[in-house]
This record gives sequence, C-alpha cells and structure tokens, in this order.
Amino acid sequence: MAYQWDFAPVFANADLLAQGLLNTLKVTGASLACGLVLGLGFALMRLSRQRLVSWPAGFVIEVFRTTPPLVQLFWFFFALPLIVGIEMTPLLAAVVTFSIQSAAFFAEVFRAGIVSIERGQWDGARAIGMTHGQALRRIVLPQAVKRMIPAFKERAIELMKTTTLVATIAYADLLFAANEISQKTFRPLETFTVAALIYFVVIAAFSLFARRLERRLAVSGESTVH
Amino acid sequence: MTILGVSGLTKRFGSNTVIAGIDLDVKKGERIAVLGASGSGKSTLLRCLNFMEMPDAGTITLDGKVIGRREAELTLVRQRIGMVFQQFNLFPHMTALGNVMEGLRTVRRMRKPDAQARAERELARVGLADKAAHYPAHLSGGQKQRVAIARALAMDPELLLFDEPTSALDPELVGEVLGVIRALAEEGRTMLLVTHELGFAYHVATRVIFLADGTIHEQGTPDEVLKHPKKERTQAFLARHKEFSL
Amino acid sequence: MNQWDFASVLANSDALLAGALGTLRIFAICLVAGLSFGLVVGLGRYSQRRVFYWPATVFVEFFRNTPVLVQIIWFYFALPILMPFSISPLAAASFGISLNSAAFSAEIYRGGIQSIDRGQWDGARALGMTFLQAMRRIILPQALKRMTPALTNRAIEIFKMTTLASAIAYVELLQQAKLIASLNFNPIEAYTAVAVIFFVFLWPLVQLTYVLERRLARDE
Repeated sequence: MAYQWDFAPVFANADLLAQGLLNTLKVTGASLACGLVLGLGFALMRLSRQRLVSWPAGFVIEVFRTTPPLVQLFWFFFALPLIVGIEMTPLLAAVVTFSIQSAAFFAEVFRAGIVSIERGQWDGARAIGMTHGQALRRIVLPQAVKRMIPAFKERAIELMKTTTLVATIAYADLLFAANEISQKTFRPLETFTVAALIYFVVIAAFSLFARRLERRLAVSGESTVH
Repeated sequence: MTILGVSGLTKRFGSNTVIAGIDLDVKKGERIAVLGASGSGKSTLLRCLNFMEMPDAGTITLDGKVIGRREAELTLVRQRIGMVFQQFNLFPHMTALGNVMEGLRTVRRMRKPDAQARAERELARVGLADKAAHYPAHLSGGQKQRVAIARALAMDPELLLFDEPTSALDPELVGEVLGVIRALAEEGRTMLLVTHELGFAYHVATRVIFLADGTIHEQGTPDEVLKHPKKERTQAFLARHKEFSL
Repeated sequence: MNQWDFASVLANSDALLAGALGTLRIFAICLVAGLSFGLVVGLGRYSQRRVFYWPATVFVEFFRNTPVLVQIIWFYFALPILMPFSISPLAAASFGISLNSAAFSAEIYRGGIQSIDRGQWDGARALGMTFLQAMRRIILPQALKRMTPALTNRAIEIFKMTTLASAIAYVELLQQAKLIASLNFNPIEAYTAVAVIFFVFLWPLVQLTYVLERRLARDE
C-alpha cells in the first residue's frame, strides 16, 4: 500500500498554523500568569487557620482537580453566560477555565513548597521583627519557589497541552487551525502529523529551557539548606 | 533600671504546662544565665519573652510598658529584643552580608548603602569581614552562628536572647562563638543566655537562674547557685555536670 | 436570572446512563491497556540495553510532549489514510488515551523500580533467580507499593481524559450532555449535572490517593 505523502498543501497554509500557534501561546501564557497569582492566593488561603478562609479555597481546589477540564470548559462557555447573563467569547472562557484549573494545581505546589521550609526560617525572620507577610515574601517564598520549579514546569506543560481543548469551542488555536487545513486540503494525515510535531517541538524546547534554568539555580552558591 | 519585666508567665502545650507562672525582672546591664535539665522550659521561657511563643497567661513589660498581642506591636518589640538560635536559622538564599542587612532593609527600611555599611561593621565585629560574600552553606557552624549574632546586633537590640547558641556546634567551634558573646558581655550588654556551658555561665553571668518544672527553682549570683546551691535539685543537676571547670 | 430546572435533565436519564456506560467502557479499556503497556515501556526505559532503551525513550518523550487530544484526532482522522479499514471513535480515543497513559505510567514504573535498594537485586541473584524472576517476585512487589499513589493518580487522569472522546463524537457522558443541552436548551443543568457526576465518582478516588500518599510517607 503506497500512500503518496504530500506536505506541500500543509506548508501552503503555514500562516494559518502560525496564527494558531500564536493563539495557543496566548491562551497558555495568560492562563499561566493568572493561574500562578491565583494559585498563590489559594495556597495562602488554604494555609490560613481561619476555617472561613481555608475552606472555600479547599473546595474550589478539590472541584477543579476532580472534574474533567473539558467539562469545566463547556460549563464556563455554555452554562455560565446564561447564569450571570454576560457574553462569553471562547478565548475568555478558555482563560478563565484554565486559570482556575491550573491555580488549583499550583495552589498545592505552593502549599507543599511553603510547608517544606523549616520552622527555623520563620523564627529567624520574626526574631528580627519581620511581619508574617515580610517573612513570607523575603525569606520563605524565595526558598520555596526554587524547590517548586520542577512541579511548575510539569504543570505549565500540562496546561499547554490542555489548551487544545479550546478547539472544541471553536477558538482558532493550533489544533483548530490544523483541523481547518485538513478539511480544506483533504490531507488529514500530513496536517495532523505536522501539528503534533509542532506541539512536540514547542513543549520539548520549553522543557529543556526549564531544566537548564533549574540547573542554573541549583549551582548558584546556595545549593544546600542551612 | 528594669528593662524587661515578667510576671505570672504561663505557657501550656496541650495539657502539658511548660512554664508555670514565672516572675522575673531583667535590669539594664544584667547577664542572666538560664540553666535547667532538658524539658525544664528554658527555651520556651526565652521564646515567650519576644513572643515567638504566645504565653497563655501573665504579662511582659518592656521599659515599663505592657506588651500587647497585636502583630504590629510584636514586630516592634522583636526589633528591640535580639535573638540567637541553636540552629542559627540563617537565610540560605542570602549571603552573610545579605543576612545581616535583611532586617535593616526590610524591617527598618534603611537605605541600601547605609544598611550595607552597618552590616559590614557588624560582620567585622564578629570577625567575619572576609566572609561577607559567602552563602551560609559555605560557612562552618561557628561562622554561621557568628553571622547570626551579627544579624541580631545590627538591629541595635536593648536585650539579647541566646537560645543554646553553642549546642549545635562541633566542640572545636564552641570557643569562637563564646568568645564573641564574652566580648558583648564586656561591652555591658543586657542578655539572657540559655546554655549548658556552666563554666562560661559562671564567668560571664551576673545572675544564674535554675529552672525546674517550669518555675524558677533557685536563683542568685553565679557563686551562690553554681558553687553553693541550696536546693537539692540544683545540686543533683550540677552533680551530673561535674566536668565543668570553674 | 435563570430558573434552575433539573427535571429536564432527569427526563433524559436514559441518555445519561448510556453515556455513563460509554465512559466506563473506555475508561476500563484505557486503564488496563495503558497501565500494562506502560509497564512494558517502563521496563524498556529501565533497561541497560540500547535496543530496549531507545525506542522506549522516544515513545515516552513523544507521547508526554504532545497533547492527548491531538493524538486522539490523529488516530481518528489521520491513521485511517494509512490503513485499509476505518477506525471507530472508540478505537481512536482508546488508542490515544492508552498510549498517552502508557508513556506517563512508564515513568512511574521506572522510578519505582529504580527506588528499590540494590541489595534486593543482589539477594535475589544470590538465590539463583533470573532477571525476570527477581523482577516479578522481589522487586515489583516492593516497588508497586511505592507506586500505588502515583498509579491511582494516573487512573484519575485517565477517567478525566475519557471526556476527550466526545470531540470525535464517541457516546460518553459529556457527549450525552451536549446532546441533552441542544435538545432541551438547558446547558446550565446538563453541564452542571455531568460535572457533579464526575465529581461524585472521582472525589472518593482523589481522597484515596491522599490517604495512600500519607500512609506511604509514614511507612518510609
């Protein structure tokens, strides 16, 4: 069975793929940034001794970790606009969903990182008169974040892969663009293979970059604690 | 003149009463050595004085003013009471200089050149001017503890708390840390020192307190408590530490 | 504001039931296929021999670094071009999810096997065991205990991934919710109901992983 591979029709639509990749990166970047900020907020709420603060954060985290991302996306895109009576674009629905979803995972990473810092660090900071917030920002978080980088990297990669779900609500990301090209050129094999390779290259490059960052931080003087 | 006044101080962990109503006046220039068996509440007493542990009952006054429990007030109090820990608790992501500057910059909001000049002076005082750029991971235990002392001194504390400052050190490194503390004593600084170094306590302290069961069991001059203890438990404790040289 | 009306969802409970069965079917297939093929790949990643190590590594790297939805769509739309037969949505989705899960679980198996003390191998070898005997009787039983929390987590991920099969119109819970929502114009209730079903099913499993993780941390 000799199938004639022909990538020319795919490359003829390179601009569509490029635009799709750009949109993928846009959703990923926005969700990552919001997710990190929100995740730190959730983590600090979870660590609070006040039930009224820690419980709602715990609930949101559990719900978003325990339901499928695609169900969440459909809920935010199709259901939420009817409940609150607002217009929802695919991009907005995607960023909201993926921000909260990654925040739920980042929150656990932050929390684990913060509690992994030994108590003496808090003692040392408080003994020179730092407030809780100052100790967290200056002493605990800088050390914790370094330990969290591998987990962050993994989550960021998961996030980028998850963004393909936006294609199902017709946002023109890389997968959606590939689907369009495939229907236009009747070359699904070549198109989807190229799309898969683009994802692979982008994600593998990011992964390599993160690993180098990790290593650079590990050798910058203070490799061991105490 | 009393700097720190403690009355009726009580601290419980669950059902376990660790400090059972302690009264204590610390006068300016006094150097108080706190002794006692492990579990007698020495460290807890020290940690209650700057509210690292919240006392369950009792009041503490600083310069005659009762200390409240609000975070903002406590951070001010802790700036005036320096503390040095058994485990150093240096910040591993900052250099020795960075550690000493940290309180000046973040808490005191001092300008960077001023903070740096001040921190360099304090490091020189503990004999570590040449280690300013080193991270804690590259310092010996004795050097770490001297950086920790410099970090506390940089805040100009009116009172210094030492919580077993040499217990985590290898024997050959104890001397350099005790030397620094002795120099501070000679400057006339007010300090409370929890220690197992009885000989050091004898020579440096102006008053010795022996704790047992969370109360002050016996106190007096080093001569009174260490050489002529009146109470049986103090005698038993000292008998177990016979090896100290007075 | 909208009146919540779950009656319209309950009226379609037979459609939801069909969806639930579809979800369970693909979950079972992918769980078994993914975790067992993952063991094979994991052993390849552990192997010192290049003929095993390199193919396993390429497989793991490729499937971990591409989105599972792209894989599913590739198997559904692209692969049939090369095959003399068509591929059903169930087969395509199962292929994508299983291979993806195999790549992830392979790393769990490898890490678990590597974590076992070398002395265990020596002990087994000293008794005259072959590599496979030592693996099966001595190493894997110990490693599996350490891997249980991570593998349970994988199972949860697989369950969530099954919803992606709706993108190629395989009949599962989310696909049925789409259907109900479009027939009854009740997306709020339909999607909320499906979210609740997933939550109710997965929540105990997630709690179980927490318990397993804590127990493991305590035992070691």
